[in-house]
Amino acid sequence: MSATMTHPVAVERPTSKYQSFLSRRAGMMPTFAAVAILAVLLACAEAFLRGDFLSPGNISALLLDNAYLLILAVGMTFVILTAGIDLSVGSVMAFTGILGAQLLASGVPAWLAVVVMLAGGAVIGLLIGVLVQYFSVQPFIASLAGLFLARGLAYVVSLSSIKVEDPAILWLQTNRIRLGDWYITPTGIIALLAVAVAAFALHLTRFGRTIYAIGGNEQSARLMGLEVARTKVSAYVISGFCGGLSGLVLTAYSGAGYPRNGIGTELDAIAAVVIGGTLLIGGRGYVLGSLVGVFVYGTIKTIISFMGAEQSWMQIIIGSLLLLVIVVQRAIVARSERRR
Amino acid sequence: MKNFWRHRLFWPAAALVALVTINAIARPTFLKITMQDGELYGALIDILRNSATLMLVALGMTIVIATRGIDLSVGAVMAVSGAVALTIIDGSPDPGGVGTVLVAVAFALLVSLVLGAWNGFLVSALGIQPIVATLVLMLAGRGVALLITGGFITTVNSDPLSFIASGYLTVLPFAFFISVAAIATLAVVERRTALGVLTEAVGINPEASRLAGVRSRGIIWGAYMVSGVLAGLAGVIYASNIKAADANAAGFLIELYAILAVVLGGTSLAGGKFSIAGTVIGVLIIQTLDSTILFLGVPSAQSPVFFAFVVVAVVVLQSPRTRNALRALGGSMSRGGPTVSRTEAEVAR
Repeated sequence: MSATMTHPVAVERPTSKYQSFLSRRAGMMPTFAAVAILAVLLACAEAFLRGDFLSPGNISALLLDNAYLLILAVGMTFVILTAGIDLSVGSVMAFTGILGAQLLASGVPAWLAVVVMLAGGAVIGLLIGVLVQYFSVQPFIASLAGLFLARGLAYVVSLSSIKVEDPAILWLQTNRIRLGDWYITPTGIIALLAVAVAAFALHLTRFGRTIYAIGGNEQSARLMGLEVARTKVSAYVISGFCGGLSGLVLTAYSGAGYPRNGIGTELDAIAAVVIGGTLLIGGRGYVLGSLVGVFVYGTIKTIISFMGAEQSWMQIIIGSLLLLVIVVQRAIVARSERRR
Repeated sequence: MKNFWRHRLFWPAAALVALVTINAIARPTFLKITMQDGELYGALIDILRNSATLMLVALGMTIVIATRGIDLSVGAVMAVSGAVALTIIDGSPDPGGVGTVLVAVAFALLVSLVLGAWNGFLVSALGIQPIVATLVLMLAGRGVALLITGGFITTVNSDPLSFIASGYLTVLPFAFFISVAAIATLAVVERRTALGVLTEAVGINPEASRLAGVRSRGIIWGAYMVSGVLAGLAGVIYASNIKAADANAAGFLIELYAILAVVLGGTSLAGGKFSIAGTVIGVLIIQTLDSTILFLGVPSAQSPVFFAFVVVAVVVLQSPRTRNALRALGGSMSRGGPTVSRTEAEVAR
């Protein structure tokens, strides 16, 4: 009798270990799912397209073409982790881009132009953060004001595109550091550095843990004595700063500033972050997931242009993918809520 | 008199009156309305006509926001609806026929209803956050619209179609009558039946209202369907105005302006109490501001800067912090009654 009692326990041990991993690491599941989606996409592209999709050149180009989006997604991750949202990033990118181009065209030294671009983005982020934290404005509305402001200011700076001829800015894009068939440009390095710094800050600093704590439960975080106000405002400043950085990268990439850049890019950034496994309710997600999300986005874009399909499919596919991911996330959240 | 000042529509209405007054002083032609062949013309009439699309979208948005939701997909639904209607008219043997246009519009509204029901399904049945659930359609909808028009801007020449946006019914633009009809229908349905109260109950506390026997799922679902249909109608008016289905430009950024109109009208984004009259005033404020900016000779591309300041001013004025500061200021001068603190507590919630 006692043998039959203990027997099932012994059998269940490995499963329960697996299950305890699942339940303890439930927040990681969406990110694993994103990696799986990326792997499937790459495999399909390799199998059904020309067969040389997974070439070093293509993968390098993927990073190069989406560096600006990656930087935006990094900033967006901070904001979404605090259970907020930042709709302004696409417009901030356009504003800082055109502002930088205008400054360079009027003879301002490149380093000063870059500083002004980054500061401009951070100031708009600060405005949004102050509205959210100190005036209890919903992030959606506060960043909407940021969107209007940045987009309008972009047109105030210039109504048409401005060419950039500064060698230092163009160097960011044209200088290719080669390693065999692989290559990377300074813009790509900036993007990867942004990911690395963000991952370090989120996981190994007090600031990063506070971000997660706010997203998990702001009230508890405040009662624990964490610096909620300062951290929350910082998240928006970081997102705005990333918007400025992304404006710099995009200006280098396209060789011009253009006030119509980045219309709807904030949605792409949000989609990339969500596909990468960060939950919009905050507190769960990884900046490396956002990296994967941006690669998923970039791969789909490349596949579609490889196939010569219409760009309208891009929107439909991203929308469907987003739907799939959020339904899966919803199921995961519902499961962990039931367990609690 | 005291109640008059405290009425929640006082500030939005005052803003609208102030805006109109400034315009009337700055340009005397603003208030001038001329009669030509039995039809009225003038800047004010233009505002009434041009506000029709935003009015319809904002009305739907009001109901959705009252249930604690948000509908980001309205612009995409407008694009799809316009694309459906114009593709049908374009493909029919008789594009100028009234019957053709009616069928096309009916079909476009049906498609919009389905899209709204899809949003409602994601939100109420699957329990996905409204902002994400409607983001899906916002991203995919324009792609669908582009597929319907084959990637082109479909243009048609059809008199009954252009009548919807530019025609006159007796002395006033037909589009104005459409928005009046929508306002009246919604006001009667929401305020003369229990539906409005139930909607507010769902928005204030979904769980409590469910336990009290309110069928919150159906009410939320219905709100998104209403929003879808109204956005679809707005899409038809937009397409009729430019006589073309432009999948990229139709309803561009309108979700943001609609949300702004709702907030300007005093409806909280946190859900619950909503005001249809407030939304109407909010839409008129936006449209008048737009007309003012145009009159000032500012390129329309730069107008978002003005709207940014409006948004910031409104949200800062509405914020609990500012209200507390103002109340402290007012309290030191004259004793405020206990009723004030109650309304403040409501706002702070």
